[in-house]
Amino acid sequence: MASRAYRHSLNGSLLEPGHTLLEIEGVVLAFGGINALENVGLSATQGRIHAVIGPNGAGKSSLLNCISGLYRPQRGRIELHTGQGRHDLATMRPHRIARLGVARSFQNIELFSHLTVLENLMLGRHVHMSRRLVPSMLWFGPARRQEIAHRELVEEVVDLLQIQAVRHRVVSSLPYGVQKRVELGRALCMQPALLLLDEPMAGMNVEEKEDMARFILDVHELRGVTVMLIEHDMNVVMDLSDRVSVLDFGRLIADGSPEEVRNDPAVIEAYLGAEAGAG
Amino acid sequence: MNVETLTTLTVYGLADGAVLALAALGFVLIYKATQVINFAQGEFLLIGGYTFYAAFVLFGLPTTVAVLFGVVVAVALGVVVERFVLRPLVGESAISVIMVTVGLAAVLRGVMQLIFGVQARQMPAVLPAGTVEVLGARLPLNRLLVLVVAAVVLIAFALFFRRSRHGVAMRAVADDQQAALTMGISARRVFAMSWALAAVSALVAGVLLADITAVTPDLVSFGLLVFPVVILGGLDSVAGTIVGGIIIGLSEQFVSGFYDPGFAQIVPFILLVVILMVRPYGLFGQVRIERV
Repeated sequence: MASRAYRHSLNGSLLEPGHTLLEIEGVVLAFGGINALENVGLSATQGRIHAVIGPNGAGKSSLLNCISGLYRPQRGRIELHTGQGRHDLATMRPHRIARLGVARSFQNIELFSHLTVLENLMLGRHVHMSRRLVPSMLWFGPARRQEIAHRELVEEVVDLLQIQAVRHRVVSSLPYGVQKRVELGRALCMQPALLLLDEPMAGMNVEEKEDMARFILDVHELRGVTVMLIEHDMNVVMDLSDRVSVLDFGRLIADGSPEEVRNDPAVIEAYLGAEAGAG
Repeated sequence: MNVETLTTLTVYGLADGAVLALAALGFVLIYKATQVINFAQGEFLLIGGYTFYAAFVLFGLPTTVAVLFGVVVAVALGVVVERFVLRPLVGESAISVIMVTVGLAAVLRGVMQLIFGVQARQMPAVLPAGTVEVLGARLPLNRLLVLVVAAVVLIAFALFFRRSRHGVAMRAVADDQQAALTMGISARRVFAMSWALAAVSALVAGVLLADITAVTPDLVSFGLLVFPVVILGGLDSVAGTIVGGIIIGLSEQFVSGFYDPGFAQIVPFILLVVILMVRPYGLFGQVRIERV
């Protein structure tokens, strides 16, 4: 699929496309008496775009937070296949999960707002950087070469997402749409095995949405990164994804190809019901 | 007023300021990374002074070994305090955490008095005594060296934050903890590291201070000056600690030399009140406007 030659691979997974990358089984997450997720199970495949949709409060973000370790489910397994073994993410601390190659963006942008775009992207390289203290402080030899190698990869991401012009700007001074792009970029710099995107197009106008959709497709098609995304805009979801899982009130009500899901009566009811209620 | 007095007072003020900046740096590190206001920072300085004294005088270790011993003790102290005192308090209200650090301060001070008593102890000077003549003023060599040592340590800390992987991780956690976790940074390790580094910077400040004065329980009162410094510079600003330290150090020496030594002791706290009235987030602090 890759039409151009790239110096660095952005896909951090060792699996061949088509293999199961993530297996979620029987996940239960409750806050007090409220069940955010009830016995949710689904699986994601290497090399696909997998969308998770559902009305507000359906538990989509909770599911993503369980995968990235920010929430710990009370029951269930979330298994990541790395090609060298399986890891149960449900019991792991978030920084360990990140080191296995699970990268993510947030619904309400979580960038390091006092740092520049480049510094944010370089932090995406954190897990890949050497631990040696003195050379890095004195900036000689290996530390310098290492920094240059990381910077090359970061520049590839900058080119991919077309944020060359804002490289040195402090993130908090950038428009919302560009910040969303930087956040995607920071996750990409981790060379993710699995890229989780929590509403990457929320709050954008039509043009920005089209740009973002293009970037996600590029990341997926040109760079082979497996993507799992949450999105509200049904048109976007149907266009982008290979597979769609639908949550409603914490339960999985449908799981299949976009066409199957579109015509599923349970999905139609959940959405029309929600919209009628929101009216 | 003449040039010699001015030069002398400036050097004394800068030396005091540099030591204050070191002590305040630890305070800012802890506040930035963990949002904890550490009232025991003065006690860290005290423990630093006594640890070095014990290693250098009581155990008779060579200077460099004594310094290394002090650093090891400081790191251990920081890590233990974070692990067993602060970590159980995660999620508690800010005021409870502050009260616990006040209590911790009392305990640490008490333990030091139990071990070393309340008498001041004179330590053989590590820094050479002598004087040098600059611009007609005879300047004490040890104050100039204090200035140099403090500057070197501050630069090392600055390089650590800018360049090293761990330093950058600490800045990332201070900025956005959740995002830092998803970059593969362990927040717990960063918390432990910030307490350890705070204790180390206090140790250096304590040793320098003990060298130009004496090892006494009164080192704590110098530690109290950390508050005017950080309020002036901004609770979360590393650069602010240096500027704040120098302003407090100079103003105290100038008031003491040109007006009244007694009044000089309260000058830092008058500055503290004024700053709180006109610029509560400090000269370099982050402006936070919260709607409640």
